Amino acid sequence: MSALIRLEHLTRDFDVSKPWLNRVIERLPKATLRAVADVSLEVEENSVYALVGESGSGKSTIGRIIAGLVPASDGVVEIDGVDIVSGDAARIAEVRRELQMIFQDPYASLNPRWKVRDIIAEPVAVRGGDVSGLAERLLEQVGLSAADAGKFPHEFSGGQRQRICIARALASNPKIIICDEPTSALDVSVQSQVLNLMSDLREEMGLTYLFISHDLTVVQHMADRIGVLYLGALVEEAPRDRLFAAPKHPYTQMLFDAAPRMDAFGREVDPPKGEIPDAINPPPGCPYHPRCPLATERCRSEVPQPRMIGETRVRCHHAE
Amino acid sequence: MSDHQAEIETRRTPGRLARAWDSDLAYSFRHAPVAMVSAAVVLILVLSALLAPWIAPYDPFDPGSLNLMNGFTPPGQPNAFTQETFVLGTDDQGRDVFSTILFGMRISLFVGFSAVLLAMVIGVVLGLLAGYLGGWVESVIMRVADIQLTFPAILVAMLIFGIAKGITPPAYRDQMAIWVLILAIGLSDWVQFARVVRGATLVEKSRDYVQAARLVGRRPFSIMIRHILPNVLNPVLVIATISLALAIIAEATLSFLGVGAPPTKPSLGTLIRIGQGFMFSGEWWILLFPALTLLALALSINLLGDWLRDALNPRLR
Repeated sequence: MSALIRLEHLTRDFDVSKPWLNRVIERLPKATLRAVADVSLEVEENSVYALVGESGSGKSTIGRIIAGLVPASDGVVEIDGVDIVSGDAARIAEVRRELQMIFQDPYASLNPRWKVRDIIAEPVAVRGGDVSGLAERLLEQVGLSAADAGKFPHEFSGGQRQRICIARALASNPKIIICDEPTSALDVSVQSQVLNLMSDLREEMGLTYLFISHDLTVVQHMADRIGVLYLGALVEEAPRDRLFAAPKHPYTQMLFDAAPRMDAFGREVDPPKGEIPDAINPPPGCPYHPRCPLATERCRSEVPQPRMIGETRVRCHHAE
Repeated sequence: MSDHQAEIETRRTPGRLARAWDSDLAYSFRHAPVAMVSAAVVLILVLSALLAPWIAPYDPFDPGSLNLMNGFTPPGQPNAFTQETFVLGTDDQGRDVFSTILFGMRISLFVGFSAVLLAMVIGVVLGLLAGYLGGWVESVIMRVADIQLTFPAILVAMLIFGIAKGITPPAYRDQMAIWVLILAIGLSDWVQFARVVRGATLVEKSRDYVQAARLVGRRPFSIMIRHILPNVLNPVLVIATISLALAIIAEATLSFLGVGAPPTKPSLGTLIRIGQGFMFSGEWWILLFPALTLLALALSINLLGDWLRDALNPRLR
């Protein structure tokens, strides 16, 4: 087993300043939003790594940086040993072929003016490959019919569209698929079908998934290893069973407490305290301290560095 | 209409649109009496303009066939000297008004279509570039557009017309007038296309199908043409229709002011200019009939454009 994706101190800042003229007139400084803050992680070949976190925690941005859709501001991103931030362009292009993506909204990720055949074959067609019969074969592989190739996306339901997206992702025979909340736009009944399809395909084709989600039940079902993001920082990372059995970071504990559970129907839950802070003006010290029950003076001033507790890597002064 | 339809068909790349979409539009058309009447009027006018050489009783461009004695014949009445009768009368030089209208409409429509086509190509290309590339490309294009919008389009057209006329040799001026007119109106009208296409491009660009195309290494220009362009054509179609009416009116205005189509190749605007000289001396038909034709043409194209805008807007359905 080797690391197929390796992130080291990955950081991404977005410029959220007002236009130049407004800044001059209103005497505002440049404003940046740190969407990803010093994230290091490794995704093993043939495994499923899940990134979880609230909206705005930077999980999609990490996915897009790895996919090469958003440039990194700082840090190292390695795919299959190739540095895609500062590496050789030809090798980056090569390694990018091994990477595909499934998007959240199956209604926006298929061009409404294209036939399904062309959509699915696009990754191969762009690179001048042979596409005859490709779409038909993939459609059957994802549980649709070969005859659907001649249809347009609007003729399909959300779940079917997500299957088309999966077929497209498989077309170029990738090693890695980044799944950006692939089921959060689907009905619960359809979710499990799509997830099972993805699990089956992973086993058949030896795929590696980077699975981005906010849904803990989905993550528990899919992931081998889980990273918890808070305000762009990876606050806790552990193998799935470890994390679910013994969450170390107070934020992870709060997430688990807040998640709805079928086996504890009707239980009283303390609602999560506070809101995710403004990422443009993040709190000093540990980003979680304004909401944390364990917070002390140290948390307010000193940013916690990752440390290992057993198999768990956690960024907290108080976790044990 | 037939020209316009053909232009629409090729732009939408046939077969890519679901049949259901077409029938939606057809259904909406069948339930819009105003649109049907407008379409009929446009169709009749365009056909008669196209077929002018065959249906016009006289050739107003052939000086040899003109008889000055026929000048100022009132509509439907025999001429006092030659006893010839003209349906819509004759002008000062004895030209049959009906024939000049048919031939004038040819020029008006040709200039209108060509100018809109030019404006559309420029506007769509610049709008796509501005919306997709963003950054300084967008700033430059949109600021130029903003500046141009602060001047009335007709002023811009006159400016371009004046410059173009200044640099063409006098011998070719009459010949070139039509092309200069097309250039002037086309260049004064691209802004609306660019603005709408830029807006629509920004929306499409943020959609994940564009990200998926970027992911597999499709080049920006290929994404713009293959992915975004087909998805921004609906509003372009609406603006093109309404612009056509405006372009025809702009051409008429320029010609009326004497800077457009020359009297040897009169458009509807030139005819109106000729006619207004006789308005108060009793020869009303020389002005009235070309003016009515222009009104009918511009109005029905405009109404058709209004219907198209509503029919293609999913939020109004």
